[in-house]
Amino acid sequence: MNNTKLIYLDNNSTTPTDPRVVEAMLPYFHNVPGNAASRNHPFGWAAEEAVDYAREQIASLIDVDSKEIIFTSGATESDNLALKGVYEMYARKGNHIITLKTEHKAVLDSCKKIEKMGGEVTYLDVQRDGLVDLKELEAAIKDTTILVSIMWANNETGVIQPMKEIGEICEKHGVLFMSDATQAVGKIKTHPKEVGVHLMAFTGHKMYGPKGVGALFVNRKNPRVKVTAQQDGGGHERGMRSGTLNVPGIVGMGKAAEIALKEMATDAERLSKLRNRLEKTLSENLEEVYINGNVDHRMPHVTNVSFKHVEGEGLMMTFSQIGVSSGSACTSASLEPSYVLMALGLGDDLAHSSIRFSLGKFNTDEDIDIAIQQVTEGVNHMRNLSPIWEMYKEGVDLESVVWTEH
Amino acid sequence: MAYSEKVLDHFKNPKNVGTLDKASKNVGTGLVGAPECGDVMRLQIQVNEVSGIIEDAKFKTFGCGSAIASSSLATEWLKGKSIDEAGSIDNMDIVEELALPPVKIHCSVLAEDAIKGAIEDYKTKNKTV
Repeated sequence: MNNTKLIYLDNNSTTPTDPRVVEAMLPYFHNVPGNAASRNHPFGWAAEEAVDYAREQIASLIDVDSKEIIFTSGATESDNLALKGVYEMYARKGNHIITLKTEHKAVLDSCKKIEKMGGEVTYLDVQRDGLVDLKELEAAIKDTTILVSIMWANNETGVIQPMKEIGEICEKHGVLFMSDATQAVGKIKTHPKEVGVHLMAFTGHKMYGPKGVGALFVNRKNPRVKVTAQQDGGGHERGMRSGTLNVPGIVGMGKAAEIALKEMATDAERLSKLRNRLEKTLSENLEEVYINGNVDHRMPHVTNVSFKHVEGEGLMMTFSQIGVSSGSACTSASLEPSYVLMALGLGDDLAHSSIRFSLGKFNTDEDIDIAIQQVTEGVNHMRNLSPIWEMYKEGVDLESVVWTEH
Repeated sequence: MAYSEKVLDHFKNPKNVGTLDKASKNVGTGLVGAPECGDVMRLQIQVNEVSGIIEDAKFKTFGCGSAIASSSLATEWLKGKSIDEAGSIDNMDIVEELALPPVKIHCSVLAEDAIKGAIEDYKTKNKTV
């Protein structure tokens, strides 16, 4: 087996840009230098035409009208714009927003800011498998509720929320439905109109496009949704997002969307097989392996696994060839383990022991062989070093040990 | 965040991994940390009854690379020291030796606590009445 190859299994963090995307972008750095907002010369027209084309490509991927796409710098900006923009725009209707504890920080911290601005936010718990409890969601809606913000698929576990059911509840109560679909767009079918999503945030670099460009879908008809701009300037993007358009980035994101539309179903099928083999073999090779989150409703390329009595960051240090991510506290400055896994009721010990593998379209069969070998060896190495693994093997009830918490 | 060479070396080739007989009178065991906190360190010393010198030290650690390196280093330093000398090992010595970044200082504190715990256990077992 190749023992020098570096294997990227952290595609939920960011994906490698598809070479076809890079190719499509290149002319827009030098050969087509125009500002898409320059309406009175051929340079501007060429840039605008490229942006319009990309808008169509992206609109086709998510089956919306191209006028409903607002370009931003990425999903974080799109989340901020959607949440704060709706909060300000609909202030007369109400000030209450409902979201989940497992949302991305871009949503949670925008909500925290909204609370400081005078808004009220309900952060719903999720069930043990990571799914929203629809009854709790419906019960949380009140007269002042203006928006429900629930992510399409979770970044850490890959768990996919019941979008259609959530959309029906929002429809029934006349509440707007916003979704952070960063992890889902370009990987699985994400048609906001089909499930009643009115605003949807996503980004280029999670679907083999470039970093630094994203989009917000804003529903234009039934209902016509508007958001208050969060930065002031030239009134680009129909006044919702000022700032010179990132033409090469937008062209790249458009190309990535076009490729995704053609290839994502095939990729998903292949990657789910690789993912399943990874999970199955690791569970056979090692004891005390736990898969986190609902396994029937999750992204095809993601698995979040806990290796009991092994600390995640330490485990990652044993991996000389694979790049993955962990919910371990030691990977974060706060020294708190993943709040997403904690919200699943996982318990700190399993949260500390978790590794997220997120596969991508450039991964091969051999990559998975190498990953299996690295993880198996790494877990064995770490368990050999682990006093709690030794205690567990000796039959000590770890619950009964008096630990000295620090 | 990149790890220092010394942390990597202790992590890849940890010194003195293992278990001493905790029931033995001349073995002191320190078990500190908690699984919920992501760090558990067990450090053991074996003391020569005649000379009072630590003749062996072993550890096992559940934790990140820095925690493992801190305990591995601690066992190396403990060997050949008297109980009193061992008690004077300061966590900042470990921080310095391993070039630990600020977020990893708690790993060295844990190692110091484990050393103190092992000494304490040994002393309790060998109290002269």
